[in-house]
Amino acid sequence: MAENLLDVHGVTKRFGGFSALTRVDLHVKENERFGLIGPNGSGKTTMINCISGALANDEGNIVFAGRDITRIPAYQRTRLGIARSFQIPKPFVSMTVLENLCIPLEYAAHQHSHGVELRGEAMEILELMSMTDKADVRTGGLTQIELRKLELARAMAAKPKLLISDEAMAGLSNTEVDDILEILVRLNEEGLTVIMIEHIMRAVMNFSERIVVLDAGEKIAEGTPDEIVNNKDVERAYLGA
Amino acid sequence: MSKERKLFLIVAAVLIVGSFLITTQMENRFYYKAAYVVLQYVVLATAWNILGGYTGYVNFGTAAFFAMGAYTAVALIKTWKPPLYVLLVMGGLVSGLLGLGIGYLTLRLKGVFFSIATLALAVVLQMIISNWSYVGGGAGTAILKPRSVPMFSNYDEFLFFVMAALAVVSVAVAWLIEKSWVGRGMAAIRDNEEAAECMGVPILKLKLFATTVSGALMGIAGAPFSYFVVYIEPTSAFHLDYAVNSLAMPMIGGTTTWLGPLVGAVLVGTAQQIATVTLSSEMNLLIVGSLLVGFVVFAPDGLVGLFGKIRARLAGREA
Amino acid sequence: MLSIEFLLNALIAGLLLGGFYAAMSAGLSLSFGLLDVVNIAHPAFIIFGSYLTFYVNEHFGFDPILAGLVFAVPSYFLGVAVYRIYYNCFEKTGAESLRGLVFFFGLFFLIEVILIITFGVDYRLVRAFYIGKSTSIGSVGIAYRLFVPFLVGGILAAVLYLFLTKTFFGRAIMGVAQDSLAVQLMGVDPIRIKTVAFGIGIATAVIAGSLLIIIGPVEPTIGREYIGRVFAVTVLGGLGSMTGTLVGGLILGVAESFTSSFFGPSWALAVSFGILLICLAVRPSGLFGR
Repeated sequence: MAENLLDVHGVTKRFGGFSALTRVDLHVKENERFGLIGPNGSGKTTMINCISGALANDEGNIVFAGRDITRIPAYQRTRLGIARSFQIPKPFVSMTVLENLCIPLEYAAHQHSHGVELRGEAMEILELMSMTDKADVRTGGLTQIELRKLELARAMAAKPKLLISDEAMAGLSNTEVDDILEILVRLNEEGLTVIMIEHIMRAVMNFSERIVVLDAGEKIAEGTPDEIVNNKDVERAYLGA
Repeated sequence: MSKERKLFLIVAAVLIVGSFLITTQMENRFYYKAAYVVLQYVVLATAWNILGGYTGYVNFGTAAFFAMGAYTAVALIKTWKPPLYVLLVMGGLVSGLLGLGIGYLTLRLKGVFFSIATLALAVVLQMIISNWSYVGGGAGTAILKPRSVPMFSNYDEFLFFVMAALAVVSVAVAWLIEKSWVGRGMAAIRDNEEAAECMGVPILKLKLFATTVSGALMGIAGAPFSYFVVYIEPTSAFHLDYAVNSLAMPMIGGTTTWLGPLVGAVLVGTAQQIATVTLSSEMNLLIVGSLLVGFVVFAPDGLVGLFGKIRARLAGREA
Repeated sequence: MLSIEFLLNALIAGLLLGGFYAAMSAGLSLSFGLLDVVNIAHPAFIIFGSYLTFYVNEHFGFDPILAGLVFAVPSYFLGVAVYRIYYNCFEKTGAESLRGLVFFFGLFFLIEVILIITFGVDYRLVRAFYIGKSTSIGSVGIAYRLFVPFLVGGILAAVLYLFLTKTFFGRAIMGVAQDSLAVQLMGVDPIRIKTVAFGIGIATAVIAGSLLIIIGPVEPTIGREYIGRVFAVTVLGGLGSMTGTLVGGLILGVAESFTSSFFGPSWALAVSFGILLICLAVRPSGLFGR
């Protein structure tokens, strides 16, 4: 059966009196390219934080690969196969690029079992990102695009089933956006499920098979990129008409 | 077992045996007393660094953990006078549990709350001990050291040997942690806690492990204290010096490796021992305080970092 | 023993002390609560203020409160200088959580040692016409050495409250606390705001120091006892809330007063630590937290 990889049921998250998410449902299929969009402050990042475990949702539940993960801590979710990149890169600054990748390899992918050649595996991932020349550079010496790529590489090193890419392309040039899109497409072809959060419409519309639109913490539309483009509610949310 | 690890263990064993051999050769009690204090700081600085340097959480309460080890020993000595190794184990146990407890209460919050709690901890524990007459209360109590001990010509030499062994063991513990997956996870927490958790690092477990091990080592360092000073009182056991020195030494030496606290403790500790003869204790403290602030502001990577930079520059010139 | 009078006396003494605790913690609530600058050297600046007050009182007969107010001005600039160093060395590079904290600890320690070297370890006190006198309402005695600091502390907290809520600059400080990007968009430099606010925090610490030495004699290391207290009050009050700081101070004052009345003064210190730990474990956002 074509099971969903991720099911988010009626998730609500409040901060004090403010409701950042109100009973949102998301269903992401195995090996899908899924887009999550919405205006600023619509709750996209809160949604990701709830899925990855950085925040605990107040209501609703989250099921991943058939298992209810609503109450388990973030690090265990990563071990189960959910990895994310951060919108603002958060590298491990005292380590080299290679060492950065060894953390998720060791902790999430292999769960510190002995005798695994971590560095070799890390190099393979860097090759995929065409960053092998930066392997022994400390993260302080990286450019903005390299930091973004490191974010993705590090998330990949957790060997996830589901990759959540949180605005990996903001502030990048067109060719750089295409670079990253190409990487994500290739990973998806190898079986990875991808949730893309993005402001760059060109990227998310080209990439996604299905898109959900959030506005003010609620789901206002869901469908193929074509359906979303022609949706009146979406237009209103974005243009504020 | 890797080659590196074997070498390290051999060096450790040689150091322990060597410190024993010294006691069979040398007689001057002053040197043993001075060396004991320096070695004690090696343990404290190394212990502090496991939490502070590796994991990035500042403990201001070294004095509290140290004194809890010392007073656990005093309470045991008053009841049934067990052998020293029992005191070491129990002192480590009590302070380790203290670290675990404080960590559990505060480490789920923003890290700074842990630091604040440890800051207040020393003051409160000192007050409780001062009100506990069984261990001497505020006035203190005299502790009779065992008259003799086999293989050593006097008890001070024995204590020196014990502290030397403890120093070697604690540096070895720090080294093992640093080179293991635990240490790499700690470094990830120090660099970016949120990212570490998202990369599968069990942050709360590792932080609690660090507070427990760090606290236990401090308690172990404190356990022989009453035998060493002979007369123990809360003001000396809880002295702010322990808190200041144990964080100043790694800061001066360098915090990211096992070598930093060792270098810092040996240099600063030895300098202090020499200075006590010539300078007032206040001037001594003034120097440590200024060094601490100076290094934190101007040389964040400590002496080890400075040395590394110089070496890199020299290598660059040769190339 | 357990008469109404006894309880009432303990309550009044506690409230008076609590007003002073609030004044003492107000500056920390500003820097720690609103600006996220964990100035653990705050109590050391208080003791520093006590000694400045002592010095001019002893040598020139200055009134302690007047001294505190006068010294508040240079202390503001001292605070500005300290924050500049802190910002440039630690905050800017993201090193505040480890080395920034250690920096303040080092400052704390240095101030203490310098005071010891300059003034010795003896207790020092000040003279003023109101110290040593007391009045009574019914059977409840009110010592002026407690009442005057309570009054001045209350005024200080009120002025700070009005400053934060009514003036442009004060509102900018609150704005930086909530969303420094938004403030930046309004054309205000958040670093400048933080510098000013930190300076004000140190100025209030020095005023609190002049009040402290009115309440009782002071020695250089006494600051340690106040670390637990100021943080207990700030955390209990909900970081950054002036109303919360006032209520937190009063609660701590009353709790300490009752503890020392029932169990003896040496246990009073445990109260602040107890409150701090319980607060951190149960409700870290405090009573008035956002």
